[in-house]
Order: sequence, then C-alpha cells, then structure tokens
Amino acid sequence: MMSKLDEFRLQTREWLNENCPAAMRIPYRSEADLCWGGRNPEFSSEDQKLWLTRMAERGWTVPTWPTEYGGGGLDREHTKILAEEMAHIHARPPLESFGISMLGPALMKFGNEALKQEHLPRIARGEIRWAQGYSEPNAGSDLASLQARATDNGDHYLLNGSKIWTSYGDKGDWMFCIVRTDPEARKHEGISFVLFDMATPGVSTKPIRLISGNSPFTETFFDNVRIEKNQIVGDVNRGWTVAKYLLTHEREMIGGTGLLNAGADSLSSIAVTNMGTAGGALRDPMLRADIARFEIDEMCLGLTVERTRDEVKAGASLGATSSIFKYYGTELNMRRYELLMAIHGSAALDWDGGEESDGRLPKTWLRSKGNSIEGGTSEIQLNIVAKRILGLPG
Amino acid sequence: MTLVLNEEQQILKAAAHDFLQSKAPVSHLRELRDGGADAGYSPQLWKEIAEMGWAAILVPEEYGGLGYGYMGLGIVLEQCGRTLTPSPLLASALTGVTALLRAGSKEQCASILPAVATGDHLFALAVDDTAYHRPQKCLTTVRKTDDGFVLSGTKTAVIDGSSADTLIVSARTADSGDISLFLVAGNAPGVDVHGVKALDTHRMATVRFDDVALDQDALLGEFGAGLSPLDAILDAARIGQSAELLGIAQEAFERTMEYLKQRKQFGVPIGSFQGLQHRAAIMFGEIEMCKSAVLHALKALDDEQENIAEIASLTKAKLCETTHTVTTEGIQMHGGIGMTDEYEIGFFLKRCKILETLYGDRYFHLDRFATLRAY
Ligand SMILES: Cc1cc2nc3c(=O)[nH]c(=O)nc-3n(C[C@H](O)[C@H](O)[C@H](O)COP(=O)(O)OP(=O)(O)OC[C@H]3O[C@@H](n4cnc5c(N)ncnc54)[C@H](O)[C@@H]3O)c2cc1C
Repeated sequence: MMSKLDEFRLQTREWLNENCPAAMRIPYRSEADLCWGGRNPEFSSEDQKLWLTRMAERGWTVPTWPTEYGGGGLDREHTKILAEEMAHIHARPPLESFGISMLGPALMKFGNEALKQEHLPRIARGEIRWAQGYSEPNAGSDLASLQARATDNGDHYLLNGSKIWTSYGDKGDWMFCIVRTDPEARKHEGISFVLFDMATPGVSTKPIRLISGNSPFTETFFDNVRIEKNQIVGDVNRGWTVAKYLLTHEREMIGGTGLLNAGADSLSSIAVTNMGTAGGALRDPMLRADIARFEIDEMCLGLTVERTRDEVKAGASLGATSSIFKYYGTELNMRRYELLMAIHGSAALDWDGGEESDGRLPKTWLRSKGNSIEGGTSEIQLNIVAKRILGLPG
Repeated sequence: MTLVLNEEQQILKAAAHDFLQSKAPVSHLRELRDGGADAGYSPQLWKEIAEMGWAAILVPEEYGGLGYGYMGLGIVLEQCGRTLTPSPLLASALTGVTALLRAGSKEQCASILPAVATGDHLFALAVDDTAYHRPQKCLTTVRKTDDGFVLSGTKTAVIDGSSADTLIVSARTADSGDISLFLVAGNAPGVDVHGVKALDTHRMATVRFDDVALDQDALLGEFGAGLSPLDAILDAARIGQSAELLGIAQEAFERTMEYLKQRKQFGVPIGSFQGLQHRAAIMFGEIEMCKSAVLHALKALDDEQENIAEIASLTKAKLCETTHTVTTEGIQMHGGIGMTDEYEIGFFLKRCKILETLYGDRYFHLDRFATLRAY
C-alpha cells in the first residue's frame, strides 16, 4: 500500500506537471526572471504571473506557514517532498521576497494577531514588497548605534533620519525598520521595530550604484513620517530582540546562496564543457584541485544544513548557528564566482556581452563580493561565533 | 535521511565516552609509549573493549556478532579519537570484518568471524607496497599452482600488522595484472613480519612474503577480481578513519578553547584577541561540516549506497584538511607549552598525521573525488 507521503508526492508531481508553465522550468537568464511581486508587480511574462498566482492559491509560496496566514500548512516531510518535486522539474521559485525570508518569521514570533492577519497573507500572495531599514551611514556593523528617531506624537510616532543600503528601496511597498524610540536608554534598549507604508508622505529614496553597474539599492530618507502605533512589532523599546531574531533568518537565507540552485550545472560540469579534458581529467590540474575542494565543501554545507534542520526539529535552536551558515555559505558563493571567472577565461571579461558571453558573469561575480558584507559582515559573524558559541572572552 | 543520532546510538556514544575517558585517556597512550609496549596497544584493555562488545559491532548476528552496523562502530571510533586510544578496532573490527563480509565465502565468514567478534582473532590489511597509497599499482605478485597459490612481495605500513592472526593481502597476477585478495596466517612459513613503531606510538608492520604457499581456500573472493572489493574495503576503512579524525579534531579544538580562556597575556585571556577568535570560529564551522560528512558517510555505508567511493573520498579529504588544521593550530595557540612532550596537545597532531597519510591523504582523495566525478 502507498504511504501517505508517497501519495502526496504523486499528487504534487501531477499538480506541478499540470500547473508549472514550461517557461518556469528553465534556469534564470537574468534579474528580470526573478519574480518579486508587489503592489505594482513587474512580471516579465504571463507565465511568471500565472505561476505565482497558482502557487499562492495553494499556499505554496510559503509551504510551511499555517494556512490561516496564507501558507500551505505543510510539515517538514511534506515541504521536503514539494521542494524535491520542484527541483525535479527545475521549477523556479514562484516568488522572491524579503517578506518571506525575513519579516515573516519575525512577525510569526513577535507580532500580535492583528499584525499577523494584516501582513502575512499579503506576503504569501506576493502583494506587498518589503524593504529592510536597518543600516545607517554611521551604524553598519555597530547596528545598535542607529540614530533614526521616532518621537511619540500622541496616537502615532513621527520618524526622522535616514537609512542606507536599502536593497530595492525604490521598489519597496512597505518597510520594516528599526528606529530609536528612547534616546535616553542604553543603546540596545531604546530601539523599536516598526512597519510603515513607503508611500507615506515624507519617505524618499536616492539610488546608489554598485561596482556591478546595477543600482539595486538606495539611501532612504525620513521627514516626519507617520508611523501608526499599532504597527510596532513586539514591545516598544524592545525592538532589538526582534531585529536580531530576524537577522538569524536573513543570515540563514544568505548562507543558502552558497548552495547550488536546483537545475543549475555543477562547477565541474561547466569546467568540462568550457575547458575540455585530457585523459578524462581537466587540463589544468591546479584548477581541478580547487574545483574538487569547492565541490566537497559545497556538499558538506548542504549536509550540515540538513543536519541542523534535523536537530532543530529534534528541539535544538538555530540562534548563533545561523552565523556559521552565513559565513560559510557566502565564502563558498564567492569562491564559486572566482572559479567561474577562471573557468571562462577572457570570455568572462566581456562587460556588455557578445558572441561568447551574455555579460552576466562579471556582474554576478562583482555582486558576489557583497555577500560577505550584507546581513552582517563575515568578521561580525566570526565575532558572534567566537563569543556566543565558543564563549571566548572580550 | 536523518542526520541525528537516535536514542540507542546516543547511549552507545555516552557509554564509549565514559569507558574510554576512565580506562584509556591520553595518559594511557603515554604509558604504553614509555613502557615500550610491543603490540602498540594494551592486550588487557583490548579484552575489556571486546567485553564491551565493540569488536562484534559490525559482525552479523549469524556469526556471533551484534550486527549493529557502521554507524555504531563509527560512534565508538570517534570517541577513540578523543582519547587517542590504540586498539585493533580499525584494523580488525572494521577493516577486517568488512573484507570478510564483502569478499568472503560463507565458510570463511563462519570459520573466522565468531572469533573476531570476541576479539580473540585479529585481522590486518596489507595493501601498500611502497611508501605511497596506490592500491591499483600492487607490486606483490601471486602465481597459481596445482593446489593453490604462491605469494611474494613486501607490504608496508600494515596497520597493527605484528599482532594480526590473519593478514588480508592484495596481490597481482604477473601476466594479466589483475588483483586478488588472500587470507594469510601471520605465522605462516615464509611470512616475515617486522613491527615498526609509528610516530604516534601505534604499531605498523613491514611484511615480507617469501614464496609463501597458500591453499585454495586462502583466496578471498574471486581470483583476479579483487580490486573492486578492495576499493569497498578501503572505503569503509577510510570512513572509519574519518570518524576517528572527527574525534581528534573535536577534542583538540575543545582543549585549545579551554586554554584560550585560561591563559593570560597582557593582563587578559588570550582568547579575547580577535586574531585568535576568528581562527577559532572558522575552525568551529569546519568541524560542524566534518560532523555532517562523517554521519552521512557512516549512514551511506549502512545503507549500502552506490556512490560510496565518492562519499568516502569526500569525507576523508575533508577530515584530513580540517583535523590537520585544528591539530596544527592547537600547537600554535598553546604557544611554547604546545611544543613540549609533557603537554598532551602534541599527541593529537601525531595521531592525525598517521590517519591522514594511511589509505590516502587529502591529495589522493581530492584527485580520486574529481576522477570519480568525471573531471
Ligand atoms: C549588497 C548589499 C545589500 C544590503 N542590503 C541592505 C538592506 O536591504 N537593508 C539594510 O539595512 N542594510 C543593507 N546592507 C548593509 C549591510 O548590512 C552593511 O553594509 C553591513 O552591516 C556592514 O556595515 P558597513 O557597511 O557600515 O561597514 P562597517 O561596519 O564600517 O565595516 C567595515 C569593515 O570593518 C569591519 N569591522 C567592523 N566592525 C568590526 C569588528 N567589531 N570586528 C572586526 N571587524 C569589524 C567589517 O567587517 C568590514 O570589513 C546591504 C549591504 C550590501 C553590501
């Protein structure tokens, strides 16, 4: 007799086969292939829109979230089957979202019921695109020294100050933001975690151009921006706890970039295709050794992510472990792009793209340099591991 | 697949930990060394280990064993790594038993394994002919005769070779070059076993086979088809080594972290220096990767996964690299005292070097991994 899980697998396979458009089963070619949803969504095709709608209807943009918040209500085994079946047909994720990977888990843990009802379903359906207002010009690694100030104005707060490095700040619909609500308190204790619509009067953004030539983030300014009192997550002046919790999810997510995406070719197969072999081995023995080292580390990270999930399921908490994933995953992703540059030789130097390349590789390589900075730098992750896990002094 | 230990396995882990910490801590190894122990391990301790049932873990129940699998034995070996306890567990209870299970006939298994399970009969694998691990390039030769075989050649670095009752020997047929495996009594006429003390105080042997005559039933598996089982035997051994390396890495790392908290310079604990903290944090992450790799590999052995060769090379390469770094940094972070014989941290470096080198170092396994993945 078929087990319940096998049955689910079959049904899922069938459903995906019928509902995942063919165009959504080929690897990404460019940024435009990512679907971010939002209030004014920029769908690159009808198929992209269809895929999001269909997945959202089943709650499968967030398979593990409870159904009452727009999720799929799946446990870990079922989620894994869904992921495997999607990987099997190389299905793209239907939705990219800071709401899913960052805000959602924090709201789930610290938000009151009204906030959850208001925001989670809209995140699940991809209707609202969120931006992260954490860093400031003078508060980067030392995030808790932030100065953006929200003053109590009776039934609401008024926010003044600025944020920087806001990823997709110009495209965000709402912002989750950490602000100082008590300037007298010690630095970690006067911070609140707030939500507001970026269309509120007084919010403005200015683009920042990156070394990759793209401009995916902004400086974000606040001039007497009204924040409703019911849009505070957790308690007033206790936002640092929420912010830190969110960071553990952000770090886990960023760390995941070190792992190969479903359907993508392995480094070694790309190398074999591009460089050819002699006697079955890649022609450049030193590069071959580095690729082998890379692939071994990549597999070890994959296994460790899996093991940690097993342990979390068995009752352990993720906490500072996310710093290990963040560090390891981003270092790995950066190694991947260095190796890809070497594998492609001078074809990787072509900025605009031409006969031999589409010009994406050098830009992605440059973008990868930010992996060890965003979400807290590598050095900060190592500090966290040293102090919180290893208990080293100082 | 789950990568956490179940309750039974956790109990075994705790039992192994308690037993080894009380009966055979690192000071036990030092005593053996200073007492000039011939076998490289304590026969008395081995008896107690056998009474714990560890020699029987891998032996199936039908041959008087526990049939508890590689995961169980790996858990024990990891704890042996923490205490650097010398014993024939790796050579006999893991490698030898695997050889019989992979290549042996029912009769061979039935005649030897029950005594191996009680720890009374010991195996050793004689595979390398030179200072390098090249199992395919076997130099020891075998010749067929009317009533059996004749073996000649010299095997090097035979782990626990001098105490073995039965040697498992690879040999090449001169004309075809095919490899076969044989069971040879350690005291058979023409076999000359020369024990060597290794740098970690454990024992290896150089074994000379001077036209050694063997019966038909000395053949392990099929004649000329020994390479594939040999690979499988070595892969199990490499994964066992990796489990031991994992124990070494964890223990050396924890001892070093203790030292960083306790040793003061410039009026503060040296562990407060970021130059040391970051190196420590990176090592911690690498050890986490190693834990996953070893658990996964032991499980793959028990599940008889097809790509075990790739998994074994991945695991051994990773463990060699990490444990090497951790034991080396262990010395560095201890400063001068780390260089002294009196202090125990150096013992971990030595044992690591042995396990790193035998059955393929990280260069061997990186190369093998890439070859297996067709690049
Ligand atoms: C691609 C990208 C996307 C981003 N997206 C967002 C976003 O959406 N929202 C947002 O709020 N922020 C975002 N950030 C900002 C990011 O979080 C910060 O850049 C990061 O936290 C570092 O802060 P900083 O730039 O001020 O560098 P600094 O803190 O000035 O660091 C400079 C250097 O000093 C080192 N350093 C600092 N303190 C220590 C220490 N204690 N020990 C050792 N070394 C130290 C750092 O590791 C780094 O190497 C993004 C950044 C990037 C690159």
